[in-house]
Amino acid sequence: MVGDTERTATQSGAGAGTATAGVTFQPQASEDDAPASPPAVEIRNVSLWYGSQQALGNVSLDIPRNRVTALIGPSGCGKSTLLRCMNRMNDLIDGVRIEGEVFIDGEDIYGAEVDPSDVRRVVGMVFQRPNPFPKSIYDNVAFGARINGYKGDMDGLVEESLRRAALWDEVKDDLKKSGLALSGGQQQRLCIARAIAVNPEIVLMDEPCSALDPIATQRIEDLMQDLASDYTIVVVTHNMQQAARVSHRTAFMLAGDDLVGRLIEFEDTDRIFLNPGDERTEQYITGRFG
Amino acid sequence: MAAESAATGGPQSALFQRRRGRQLFEQAIGWVLFLCAAVTVLTTVGIVLILVIEGLQFFGDVSPWEFFTGTKWTPLYTNQAFGVLPLIGGTLMVAIGAAFISVPVGSVTAIYLSEFASPNVRAVLKPILEILAGIPTVVYGYFALTAVTPFIGNFAEPTIFNAASAMVVVGIMTIPMVSSLSDDALHAVPQDLRDAAYAVGSTRFEVTTRVVYPAALSGVIASYILAASRAVGETMAVTIAAGSTPNLTWNPLESIQTMTAFIVQVSLGDTPHGTIEFRTIFAVALTLFVMTLVMNVIAARVTARFREVYD
Amino acid sequence: MAAGHPTVTRDSYVPRLSFRQTVGTGFLALCMAGTMVGIVFLAVLLTDVWRDGVGFLRWEFLEAFPSRFPERAGFQSALWGSLWLIATTAMLAFPIGVGAAIYLEEYAPRNFVTRAIQINISNLAGVPSIVFGLLGLQIFVRGTIGIGPSVGGGFGRSIIAGGATMALLILPIVIVAAQEAIKAVPPSLREASYGVGATRWQTVWHHVLPQAFPGILTGTILALSRAIGETAPLIMIGALTFVAFRPEDLLDPFTVMPIQIYNWVSRPQADFHDLAATGIIVLLFVLLSMNALAVFLRQWTGRRYGR
Ligand SMILES: Nc1ncnc2c1ncn2[C@@H]1O[C@H](COP(=O)(O)OP(=O)(O)O)[C@@H](O)[C@H]1O
Ligand SMILES: [Mg+2]
Repeated sequence: MVGDTERTATQSGAGAGTATAGVTFQPQASEDDAPASPPAVEIRNVSLWYGSQQALGNVSLDIPRNRVTALIGPSGCGKSTLLRCMNRMNDLIDGVRIEGEVFIDGEDIYGAEVDPSDVRRVVGMVFQRPNPFPKSIYDNVAFGARINGYKGDMDGLVEESLRRAALWDEVKDDLKKSGLALSGGQQQRLCIARAIAVNPEIVLMDEPCSALDPIATQRIEDLMQDLASDYTIVVVTHNMQQAARVSHRTAFMLAGDDLVGRLIEFEDTDRIFLNPGDERTEQYITGRFG
Repeated sequence: MAAESAATGGPQSALFQRRRGRQLFEQAIGWVLFLCAAVTVLTTVGIVLILVIEGLQFFGDVSPWEFFTGTKWTPLYTNQAFGVLPLIGGTLMVAIGAAFISVPVGSVTAIYLSEFASPNVRAVLKPILEILAGIPTVVYGYFALTAVTPFIGNFAEPTIFNAASAMVVVGIMTIPMVSSLSDDALHAVPQDLRDAAYAVGSTRFEVTTRVVYPAALSGVIASYILAASRAVGETMAVTIAAGSTPNLTWNPLESIQTMTAFIVQVSLGDTPHGTIEFRTIFAVALTLFVMTLVMNVIAARVTARFREVYD
Repeated sequence: MAAGHPTVTRDSYVPRLSFRQTVGTGFLALCMAGTMVGIVFLAVLLTDVWRDGVGFLRWEFLEAFPSRFPERAGFQSALWGSLWLIATTAMLAFPIGVGAAIYLEEYAPRNFVTRAIQINISNLAGVPSIVFGLLGLQIFVRGTIGIGPSVGGGFGRSIIAGGATMALLILPIVIVAAQEAIKAVPPSLREASYGVGATRWQTVWHHVLPQAFPGILTGTILALSRAIGETAPLIMIGALTFVAFRPEDLLDPFTVMPIQIYNWVSRPQADFHDLAATGIIVLLFVLLSMNALAVFLRQWTGRRYGR
């Protein structure tokens, strides 16, 4: 597990200027980062095709460790696609071709020797709609640990995971109940507990609140902040307030007329929202399109 | 450009464990599952091989010309004749006669189910039709022999074994095939089309017969072809009811023999393997196989066209 | 009135609506009458069989073996033969069929080979059952493809040969039913499983199969009920019509209910026809029970953790 880097809600961006496709965005060193820890995920020149249609064009960015990074952009710009490149979920789709590299802790997850299932153990994921298994709450959390050969105290792991997902108090007397019997917000927290029960380094969240009401959304957002002390979190959202509230850094993506999603700007969240470097980012943030 | 980053990881991974065992297991499972699917392909290959191999040996002794144009079929008699036309004629007569029942009855059943029946009525009728489809053909044969033939005897003078009784039961047993496949086709017609027809003042009858049915026509026709294919391959009912008299006739009150019934007749007898008499069943089966295959492929083509229009 | 149609007035139309509605009602009546044809036929068939067969429907009928005398003849060997055969068929068709369905839905790449397998399966479903009988006769009974030496001599006219033939016959039905059931499992479930690092097989085994199982089971039972009524392929492979013993193992010769029925039907004496009707009653009872079981399983989907 990664050490306890101090987390602050905002960072004073030193200003890195605008970005164009193909340029690597090194996180700006700030007081909080010293000594600068290497990025958790390095995405290098990733392009992706669904069949013959290109969906990502030459995207490069570094996801900072133990931070919440937000991916924003209009629908269809490739946010989910990029997210799913980080745990090789795209491998499951027929006809997908990926170029470029993705490094986690310096290791290429697309390397010939790497088992995609193992990548997904290290890089957990929470989906847009809560998708608990049709099993008990306990089994939902324990499943990943079981298949990954967890040898320790399973009850303890389940409890700890549910506590971290801020769900324990609500379900501790009912662990045998179906995961599907929970409310939408509880289900999503169960999915977070399920993801962290395999002790991942990174947790990917694809619009985790889009199916939830505002109160449930608030709880998940709080949870993201808490979890960032232990995990690197990448969250896709098309709710800009949410990006502003929870993330430290924000990547703005956009697809051109060719439908190829490209990275437009990657900056400290404050800066993106207060002083975006790219005209298109500003237009998007001020709601002029998308 | 990724060289430095890659170098920090090194060849021996700390993060990702190499789980050779698990990967091998996964691969093995994949192969086992593939073999399961391959069984179906092997089945087809096996069918074609045995029919062709035995069939070719048959056609070494009997010219295909004699086989396909001869009008006398007496392979089990001393003066052997190998003209398959009486068997094909008998088969087609039963199939066509059956279609005279299954096509109209199945079609109106489908139209009623799809366009008129309430959900509750559908829920009752559909399972009943499924029962009709699920009754073993030997039962239909029994009924044809012991009930349909005496019933026909009220108006005409059929022989004990006759094509007409077989036509009736084969027609009935293929009704569910026509009705359920046609029902699917009618259901696939978009509601917009019905609405458009109603909007210019059509009655329900006109919407159904002038718009919905024509729009579903290719799917409906596919159901007719499949039902005919099924009738051609039907065995037990025709064996029991239609008799074993290869007879090039169009009189349904007479006894005939279908291709399938002939195959049953030979295999029930004590014809030794390896003789030309025994090989006739492979030649006949090959003919039967090709006939049904052609019909099924045509039906699949027609259905594919139908799907293209409405998907 | 439209400007472009100076001559069109209200009077230009003669809708004759009441006539058209009458035609429509007549058509509806025709449709209902047509729908009744199948139902009435079914009712007549069932009552006819019952009337003919009820006379011999006694306990002894199930216990006795075939006999030259109708009043002493029974169904025991056919009943047991059918049970043995269906069990063998199930043991072969279920794992292979489900395996093939898993392969096609969860593993197969979308390429030419997969499409060919899928098309082949639907074509196989339309091959007349008697042709499967010839396949079984050559491959399983005699162990040959028609030329060259026979491989190990085959299994002879045994239950295993019959079961294997029947398994191939119903395999397309089992596969398609299992595919439908697997397709109905929501993709989000698979994503969730892959998302915590499960492998493909772990995902299939722990999540997809349990969800699809009721559907697979229902489809398999319906396919087996087709096999239990099949006659022609078993005549091909030489299931006997006069078997005066219960099968004891997979290599024993056997008869089955529909073949015994066929045997009785094809005798000239009316008493044997009634015996055939009695056999049909038993056969239909077994079939009805299997269908009821399938419906029951479909209702009781076993979703303990359903919403
Ligand atoms: N499985 C897929 N097959 C083909 N095209 C896809 C698939 N998933 C996404 N796409 C396409 O890729 C583009 C990016 O999609 P996505 O990553 O889901 O966008 P976002 O999450 O930003 O809304 C879209 O044009 C979408 O239509
Ligand atoms: Mg998305």
